[in-house]
Amino acid sequence: MRTRERWAFLAAAVLLVVVLPALNALPQGSPLRVSNFTLNLFGKFLTYAILALGIDLIWGYTGVLSLGHGVFFGLGAYAMGMHLMLEIGAKGVYQNVLPDFMVWNRVTELPLFWKPFGSALFTLLAVVAVPGIVALVFGFLTFRSRIRGVYFSIITQALALCAWLTFNRNAMNLGGTNGLSGFKTMFGFPLNEPGTQRGLYVVTALCLCAAYLLCRWIVRTPAGKVLVAIRDSETRVLFCGYSPAAFKLFVFTVSACLAGVAGALYVGQVGIITPARIGVLPSIEMIIWVAVGGRGTLIGPIVGAFGVNWLQSLLTTHYPDLWILVLGGLFVSVVLFFPDGVVGTAQKLMARFGGTAKPVSTPRAASPPPSAVPESKREEVAR
Amino acid sequence: MFIRLLLALALLPGLTAPAAAQGGPPSPVPEIVKAIGEVASSDAAVQEAAAVALGKSGDRKILPLLEALREGSVYVRPLPGGRKETVIVGDKVNEGDKTLVPIFTAYGRDPIQGPDGKPILADLSKLEEVSTGRSLRLVLRPLIDAFSGQSQLADPDWTVRQAAAVKIGNVGDPGGLPALTEALAKEKDRWVRYALEEAIALIQLKAGAPAERVIAATRLGALGSGDALDRLREVAATADTPPALKEAAATAVKRIERWSLLTQGIQVAFQGVSLSSILLLMALGLAIIFGLMGVINMAHGELMALGAYTTYVTQGWFQGHAAGAFEYYFLVALPLSFLVAGAAGFVLERGVIRFLYGRPLETLLLTWGISLMIQQGLRLWFGAANVDVISPKWLSGGVPVMVGIQLPYNRLFIIGLATVAVCGMYLLLFKTDAGLRIRAVTQNRGMAACLGVRSRRVDALTFALGAGLAGIAGCALTQIGNVGPELGQNYIVDSFMVVVTGGVGKLLGTILAALGIGGLNKIIEPSFGAVFGKVAILVVVILFIQRRPSGLFAAKGRYADS
Amino acid sequence: MQDLSRRNFLKTTAAVGLGAAAGIGFPAVLRAQGGGTVKVGVLHSLSGTMAISEVSLRDVCMMAFEEINAKGGVMGKKIEPVVVDPASNWDLFAEKAKQLLLQDKVAVTFGCWTSVSRKSVLPVFENNEGLLFYPVQYEGEECSKAVFYTGATPNQQLIPAAEYLMSKEGGGYKKFYLLGTDYVFPRTANKILRAFLLAKGVPADNIAEEYTPFNHQDYQTIVGKIKRFASGGGATVLSTINGDSNVPFYKEFANQGLRSETAPIMAFSVAEDELRGMDTSALVGHLAAWNYYESVNTPQNKKFIANFQAYCEKNKLPGGSKRVTDDPMEAAYFGVYVWKQAVEKAKSFDVAAVRKAVYGQKFLAPGGEIKMHDYNHHTWKPVLIGEILKDGQFKVVSRSKGLVEPEPWSKYTSPDKGCDWVKHQGTYQKKA
Repeated sequence: MRTRERWAFLAAAVLLVVVLPALNALPQGSPLRVSNFTLNLFGKFLTYAILALGIDLIWGYTGVLSLGHGVFFGLGAYAMGMHLMLEIGAKGVYQNVLPDFMVWNRVTELPLFWKPFGSALFTLLAVVAVPGIVALVFGFLTFRSRIRGVYFSIITQALALCAWLTFNRNAMNLGGTNGLSGFKTMFGFPLNEPGTQRGLYVVTALCLCAAYLLCRWIVRTPAGKVLVAIRDSETRVLFCGYSPAAFKLFVFTVSACLAGVAGALYVGQVGIITPARIGVLPSIEMIIWVAVGGRGTLIGPIVGAFGVNWLQSLLTTHYPDLWILVLGGLFVSVVLFFPDGVVGTAQKLMARFGGTAKPVSTPRAASPPPSAVPESKREEVAR
Repeated sequence: MFIRLLLALALLPGLTAPAAAQGGPPSPVPEIVKAIGEVASSDAAVQEAAAVALGKSGDRKILPLLEALREGSVYVRPLPGGRKETVIVGDKVNEGDKTLVPIFTAYGRDPIQGPDGKPILADLSKLEEVSTGRSLRLVLRPLIDAFSGQSQLADPDWTVRQAAAVKIGNVGDPGGLPALTEALAKEKDRWVRYALEEAIALIQLKAGAPAERVIAATRLGALGSGDALDRLREVAATADTPPALKEAAATAVKRIERWSLLTQGIQVAFQGVSLSSILLLMALGLAIIFGLMGVINMAHGELMALGAYTTYVTQGWFQGHAAGAFEYYFLVALPLSFLVAGAAGFVLERGVIRFLYGRPLETLLLTWGISLMIQQGLRLWFGAANVDVISPKWLSGGVPVMVGIQLPYNRLFIIGLATVAVCGMYLLLFKTDAGLRIRAVTQNRGMAACLGVRSRRVDALTFALGAGLAGIAGCALTQIGNVGPELGQNYIVDSFMVVVTGGVGKLLGTILAALGIGGLNKIIEPSFGAVFGKVAILVVVILFIQRRPSGLFAAKGRYADS
Repeated sequence: MQDLSRRNFLKTTAAVGLGAAAGIGFPAVLRAQGGGTVKVGVLHSLSGTMAISEVSLRDVCMMAFEEINAKGGVMGKKIEPVVVDPASNWDLFAEKAKQLLLQDKVAVTFGCWTSVSRKSVLPVFENNEGLLFYPVQYEGEECSKAVFYTGATPNQQLIPAAEYLMSKEGGGYKKFYLLGTDYVFPRTANKILRAFLLAKGVPADNIAEEYTPFNHQDYQTIVGKIKRFASGGGATVLSTINGDSNVPFYKEFANQGLRSETAPIMAFSVAEDELRGMDTSALVGHLAAWNYYESVNTPQNKKFIANFQAYCEKNKLPGGSKRVTDDPMEAAYFGVYVWKQAVEKAKSFDVAAVRKAVYGQKFLAPGGEIKMHDYNHHTWKPVLIGEILKDGQFKVVSRSKGLVEPEPWSKYTSPDKGCDWVKHQGTYQKKA
């Protein structure tokens, strides 16, 4: 990595990982103190940022719009949640080793698939492996059949709906609509202590840095170039001898694993996971973070995840009626006027006025990406 | 108290007999008049005795008073000269801070008129309420049931007659037989006759002579009566029934069960067709837009919501300005929804979507954003709560076509509407010039433009057409479900499934996909439950798309990118 | 990857940092602490799927605050409401609860509707010494120190309804079809109802149980099943179907030929506010069980309704003077007044003191006098069975004798458990 970038990255990392939690550790009343609430909120935003990074990989760089990433996020979150539920032990409402919702569901014995989650190691593996495996299977079937573009997006939306319906069922023994909540400790640390929350925050920030480095590495390898090529014209890549399906599958799986990690970190900081996070609507909202921030840049999604969620937090406090209108407006304006998002547009402006940087290669709005519709409208008809 | 109850019950048979010879004295006999006065007494015992006496009288015109007593709308009106009159009050009318009520006579519930001949609206605060305690209501119930049974058997509305017959049959009291037989002799409606025969057979099965019981059991089997199933099973199972009866009951049970299987099958078929027609109606507009223009319109659900709200507004207008023609508001709302949604679609296309042709993913996000804005707009304008759209009478209820199957009118209407819509689309696309132009632009935009087709105009109008169809779907959906800002969200994913499965550009594909998905859903649902059915359908669609990525009817041709 | 100049990158980082700082600072700037006011939180969804029900609760709470402020406030301090919108998003509920308690430092919160939302904020309130007044009927099996439950427990709604239907006056029904939406309230409610029915001698074959997902629209199959179950008479449906699915259910029920005289539906989640948005012709004659109806005939209720309609008209809320009141709204309303009375009794806003002062409080609510329980954090309420009328109102057909004691742990399913915060630490095992 170039020196300037390295220093910039280190600066940001230090700010997030060291400075903010340190400010939180200051005693009450000191002016620079970052409150527990704010740190917790930021931690949540950081998990969203990790998720957004994954989506940027698959959408910003590879051009595949997945409207079902909530599923992978949820799978990771539920995996961690199950472990935390089992950790509660007999301190729940019913004083039963079984989680509360199983008691009122008249379940008498822990279901088989819950048992392995008692082990912390298994859980940590599952957080990455379960979303990864689901993505692998789903992606393999789908990409192999050359399903692309809009069809793929609709299929992922169907997957999200499926998952939502399934997780909502009480018979699945995953808490139904209430989800998993009421956690007391995480790996032995009590969850409502500010120290634990601070620790979780630090871990999240570190994971974000690691995820960023990982994505940056993927993108800089030759494989990354192929990804961009797939985004720009998949047919040509195919004719060049590459297998787009394999690349897409790889990136899809990586993004699913990132989403799973994000989910696991999310659960500890928010304290509850419900199927509401898995459905159709949240999955589309994740896309808007990346779009607003700037797809195809790795900073963009982080900025977008932060910014949009912070905006939501602000608006639902002070102007609740406005939030949905603003969200809708964001979708519309980003697509029509700022296809490059905040960071992308900033980069373009810098390039134009800075002069020294090479022209940026964000997904160009001018050339239409290949669509699954036998596109007879394209100007390059019979050449 | 208990004794009074027994008395009342003992009087039941006595009531059904005089009913047959009911001519009805034009004015109440003195005993009745006295009882009417006493029923307003504050002494519960006197009240109950008076109520029993009224019930015993067999005079059908007393029924409204008994019902009003049970409801608590009997009052005492002070008359000039210190007399008091027992009256029944009607629905309250608020005038400023006074509550006024129309008043009716206790005997026969005729409106009491003032000196000018118009019905009086009395001030509720000037009337004394007649208190009705729980024990009085307990006494009243069997009296009213007996009365209403007979009077309901003569009600002009056939559903009331049928329900009365079913109820009397289920009670199983032999005292009801004469009334039923008499009604059967006069009855012309096929379904009420059926209910009466069934009721008579049920009573005879329970309380008739052994020979009668055997005949009754066989008859019930022949009628295919579901109501009788439990009784017949019981009869066939008890040890001490005579063998002839046992055999008759067992045969009847088998017959009824076979019939029930048949009706269930037909019902599942109808339900499948009904669901398919709803899916088709929703997906048609989407299929046209997607198929002909490659635009995935995520705001499709909200266009349906616009149609539904247009129906609500039309209803409101009719209620306010044309109350006489209220039943027809729906027929006006249909084309209006088409126009409103179509106009919205036109504006949408001209305003934002036309910049994004060839970029389906962007269009997807853009239209999603627009759908959010429309949703919130509806929420802010009409309120977050659902609004009520009243079904016109000709769409409420259903038509019984076989024993045990009643097909709801609203679903039949929607099936018809979907068929008309599909035929209309077919005619439009394949038999008119406009349709020709649309198809031309779809197949080869450049060439069509060279031949003089104004492709931009065609795009806008096609989008408006698809949107209009969504509006009609929304209007039809008001009869089936809720009308609220969230209406679009409930149906959007299902519509997409149909379009994606059916393939791009072919109407037939959409129809087959709708039929397939609707039918499959309804077949799975009875055994596996609603949720599993839906999940299974989604999984089937996903797997199907793997096999045929472009849907049922893929557009043929040598396109590198398909 | 794009080539980033350091300037560009640093500027972006600076922007992020500034944004973060603004995010921290901005809200604090907006929340100016007032001296002569006391902050209370209102935690109801104002957008999203639950907005349909919860917006009315926000409106009625705001009206109560206005009334109290007009009379001088609480202990001389005017109430300053802090209204946040968790947007029907359960995670946001937890976040907003933290915000209310940690940032705004409210003295009390009035909020929540669904059990999910309550369960997601429970740890926040419990860990931060908060106080929540929860106004909606729920499934019980909870006994939190931080919550006062002003809605009905199962024995104040479900059991009396079943008893009424089994009684002669109610029609003497013998077969019960338990139908609900698939989530915790119907599941627990049906668990309790089943135990009750079996205890009263109803054979297990005469009890059927079925669940549908949220927003389910197509009830054809289920109504067909009910029809077969009800053949032969004597059957009734105990419905815990939630919200949106009620309309298609009742419509399909009526359209397939089932009538309220032969197979009545007793609903536990349908109140005047829901009926406002339904075509009531399909519902006339069916029943519901609540602790309050708009049609209850008391002078304070008439005043309450008139005030509320005037309030909606004045503030141009949708519906204006045609707004209706129902049980959760009444419970939210008297919750505010109970809190006020407790503060005045404790002479302090401190949560621990106020909590102790709430025990045993009496208040003349619009539906009649209610009493807060002495130790289990629930409310003594009357039980009213109502029949739906054509105008969306209810006619009371049966009333409990006096107030019914709340039992958070139902004696039919958890006879060994009790809830007591005075002599015990909440839920405890009863001895034999």
